[in-house]
Amino acid sequence: MKPVAFDLTTATAAPHAVALLSNVDIEAKIIAGGQSLGPMLNLRLARPGHLIDVTRAKDLRGVVDEGSALLYGAAVTHAEIEDGAVPDATGGWLQAIASRIAYRAVRNRGTMGGSLVHADPAADWVVTLTALGAVAVIAGPGGAAREEPLSSFIAGPFTTTLKPGEILTGIRLAKRTADARWGYWKFTRKVGEFAKASAAVLIDPGAGDTRVVVGAIEQPPIILPAGDAEAVIAGRLPIEEALRRALPHRPPASLVLHAVAVREALGIAGAAGFPAQDQGAA
Amino acid sequence: MAAKKSEFGVGASIERLEDDRYLRGRGRFVADIQMPGMLDIAFVRSPVAHARIRSITKPETGGDGVFVAADLAGVSGIRADSGLRGFRSSIQPILAHDKVRHVGEPIAACVATSRARAEDLAELVTVEFDELPAVSEMTRARDADAPLLHEDWDENVFLETAVDTNFAASIASATVVIKRTYRTARQCMAPMEGRGVVAVWDNQAEQLVLHTSTQMPHIVRTGLSASLGLDHSRIRIVAPDVGGGFGYKGILLTEEVCAAWLAMKLRRPVRWIEDRREHLTGGANCREHHYEITGYAAADGRLLAVDCEAIVDSGAYSIYPFSACLEAAQVASILPGPYRMDGYRCRTWSVASNKPPILPYRGVARTGVCFAMEMLMDGLAHELGIEPWEIRQRNLAEPHQMPFTNITNKYFDSGDYPEALRRAVEAIDIAAIRRRQRVDEGGSGGRHRIGVGLSIFCEQGAHGTSVYHGWGIPMVPGFEQATARLTPDGGLEIRVGIQSHGQGLETTLAQIAYEELGIKPEAVRVVHGDTALTPYSTGTWGSRCIVMAGGAVAAAAAKLGDRIRHIAGHLLQAAPDSVILADGVARAGAGEIPLREIGRLWYLAPQHLPPDVDPGGLEVTQGYRTVRDTGTFSYACHAVTVSVDLALGDVKLLDYVIVEDGGVLINPMVVDGQVLGGAAQGIGTALYEEMRFDGTGQPMAATLADYHLPGAPEVPAIRILHMETPSPLSRFGQKGIGESGAIGPPAAIGNAVNDALRSLDARIWELPITPERVLAAVAEAEGKARIGEAA
Repeated sequence: MKPVAFDLTTATAAPHAVALLSNVDIEAKIIAGGQSLGPMLNLRLARPGHLIDVTRAKDLRGVVDEGSALLYGAAVTHAEIEDGAVPDATGGWLQAIASRIAYRAVRNRGTMGGSLVHADPAADWVVTLTALGAVAVIAGPGGAAREEPLSSFIAGPFTTTLKPGEILTGIRLAKRTADARWGYWKFTRKVGEFAKASAAVLIDPGAGDTRVVVGAIEQPPIILPAGDAEAVIAGRLPIEEALRRALPHRPPASLVLHAVAVREALGIAGAAGFPAQDQGAA
Repeated sequence: MAAKKSEFGVGASIERLEDDRYLRGRGRFVADIQMPGMLDIAFVRSPVAHARIRSITKPETGGDGVFVAADLAGVSGIRADSGLRGFRSSIQPILAHDKVRHVGEPIAACVATSRARAEDLAELVTVEFDELPAVSEMTRARDADAPLLHEDWDENVFLETAVDTNFAASIASATVVIKRTYRTARQCMAPMEGRGVVAVWDNQAEQLVLHTSTQMPHIVRTGLSASLGLDHSRIRIVAPDVGGGFGYKGILLTEEVCAAWLAMKLRRPVRWIEDRREHLTGGANCREHHYEITGYAAADGRLLAVDCEAIVDSGAYSIYPFSACLEAAQVASILPGPYRMDGYRCRTWSVASNKPPILPYRGVARTGVCFAMEMLMDGLAHELGIEPWEIRQRNLAEPHQMPFTNITNKYFDSGDYPEALRRAVEAIDIAAIRRRQRVDEGGSGGRHRIGVGLSIFCEQGAHGTSVYHGWGIPMVPGFEQATARLTPDGGLEIRVGIQSHGQGLETTLAQIAYEELGIKPEAVRVVHGDTALTPYSTGTWGSRCIVMAGGAVAAAAAKLGDRIRHIAGHLLQAAPDSVILADGVARAGAGEIPLREIGRLWYLAPQHLPPDVDPGGLEVTQGYRTVRDTGTFSYACHAVTVSVDLALGDVKLLDYVIVEDGGVLINPMVVDGQVLGGAAQGIGTALYEEMRFDGTGQPMAATLADYHLPGAPEVPAIRILHMETPSPLSRFGQKGIGESGAIGPPAAIGNAVNDALRSLDARIWELPITPERVLAAVAEAEGKARIGEAA
């Protein structure tokens, strides 16, 4: 379980990383915390000829206050968010999410951007940042830059819309006010494992945002249509029915787990009529 | 006579001496050993479970670093035959040549200057296979059309056994008969440190020195001697710090033989460090049992008889030294456990399959047996309409019957099983749980149901010649020796042939020596794990060390004490019998002399010694045997409260109590550690751990992301309550207790889950108890209920 030989270059800044990605050979790959790529290298499932380490790129490691939003550098670690070492656009939700990602050893190195680019459908950031309406900020060759909502940036399981030569540089998150409510719940049998089911709920009357997101479904997270989400929260539409509409190809029995996840997330968000049952939920 | 100081001796919870180096990361494990010019080995392993090897092609470049079976001149495969009649013999090749019989079987050894380069080289070796159908399901291994693993066999069975004691006559008055199927999953033992070997030829000693992560250095030496055709005198085995064993390191590995041969062939140090993927996919496995078990009870709850057919999936080869049949031999002989019954019948099959060989894991067959027997007892209780504790109370051996001989002739040396049960029932508060269940079932439980479960069982430890001879395994343990030496500065060296890898024996054996000599444990050095330095021993397994090595240390220390007292008596002008050894001095009346002075006189100033001094001096090797070799029987009752989530199928452990009787405890804190660590592994067996194989024999987990081990958050705060019934068989009344914690959890948790599901009429029968299995059981019960309504 040792990787195939590779070259390693440390990028000093995001433009440097983009330039390296274009200049070195086709098999180059960005590495940040290495918490997903590392095992794949060791198992020889990934065999890049060249790795570009972005964890020392200063412009990927900070948080920029843009007024109504915060722009998180893609290489900010889970632990930095957990520890409150960087500002939290949501007044604490990010901290709670980060604190339950895998284990502390993983959080020390793993990065928000790395998790999104890896795009595991069960990953915490993939689900929660979709619910929070995050925007992916992307840099490409020749100074090109683009932005894309996370909900479309995550294009499939382990797939994003990143094109060759592009890197994710940041994640933009709108600041949330005190009257916004939030719930995230995941089903794991043991601490640290990927979720078997998860759901995130955002109820932000001030911003007019109501989102119910279902994760860990072997595809990008599903955002319930706004009408359905509001109907579920108001108790007019059973969760099971909303899920059947959103995931019509799945056998109803398989939706039980996800219905539990949505119900628990609603309970944590304080939606009336959805008492949280799970004592272990955060 | 020796002074008794509970502050350091038997019964003292002193901190473990070895923990300082472990906790500071200063342990020296095999992978920490560096030698100039050392080469790393990567094995080409079979990607298929069953195939004929058509060809093996070495790469054109680097091929001189690739070794295959044809290169291993003079090396024999590993053979471990059971002495029992009807055993079918297998030979485990060091490197496969004509056939592969499980995924992960080594085919070629590739050596290079780093493991990464060795893996590069391994990728260049080409092996062509003619694939064969595989045996991957133990219940199908004996089918007429099952492919044969070993073509000279007539069926895929290492050994079939049958016992029948008064069975037919005992069931006539049965009013309740239930038949159940139970199954335990194949597991990997997953010690934190995997296997590892550094082999080097020592020109000066003209010896092969094999550093290996093993529980039994002397047995590895004997096995290696046979495989390599090399005299014992040419082999030295060194087990450095070993990061957990659990049975996984109680085997002679083909990789050990291969590394040893390479070190001699290349005359360079070579090493192989097992990685987690090798461990999970190719290392020896454990635990896979299948039971068809029937219980017969009278109307008053008296157990009349048990009838069982058990299959053990022994994998592809019989392994050295425990053979492919220890598990099944244990199943047949320990199933009745501490219960009284009139009749018993048991048939077992140790079947061969296209999986890695099976090894005895902490608890060996007891974990599966306890699961089958204790689940059966709950089933009988339910049929009889009584509480699970009541049926146990009615059938457990009573304290006044001790020593109790059960229906399989097991000699229970001492104990009060009903009292352990009573304490567990009280501590878990079954009455309160029953009240809460009635409230929950009234509708306020939401999607959760709680349940309570028990298991009570014994752990035979330190059993010797008569037992293992009867089980037919190639290595039969006998006596145990230890060496005690007073050093010139008054310190004590203890040398034992067992190996300590987490049990704390560097501490507990020092405590035993203190009991005899009054030398504080910190001044005692326990030397173990090196065949050049220690007396021969079968090693650390079978919960034998604290009884056997402990007894030997006490015997050697006592004899050494006699000699010290003889010298001290002379110097203090007192009768040797009146000399007391305590606090590092020999004392008689008002006079005393430090042990370091006695050491100095013996070694460097013998002119002061008494004329009749024993010339054997201050170094003693003594042997030990227990009063009888049938073993000490520690026992425990586990009681657990669970919450089952009916929507998710998830099981949470709300409360866990263990009432444990390990006889006289040498160090209660060390015993607690053993019980807790074992219980964590038992929780893994109960809820998480499963190495599944598909129909072609492919293992379905290659990393710990897929093979789920419990972590600290999954282990509840377990409450341990001790009883201390001395064993009449051992030196201090101590009993072996290293495995107990791992035996009880699957049965207790399984019973608790079924208790929680009882109102739904759903029942689980297979380990581990995953959400999928819980939901399937609930769905099946709902299906039955619907059919019932329709009818």
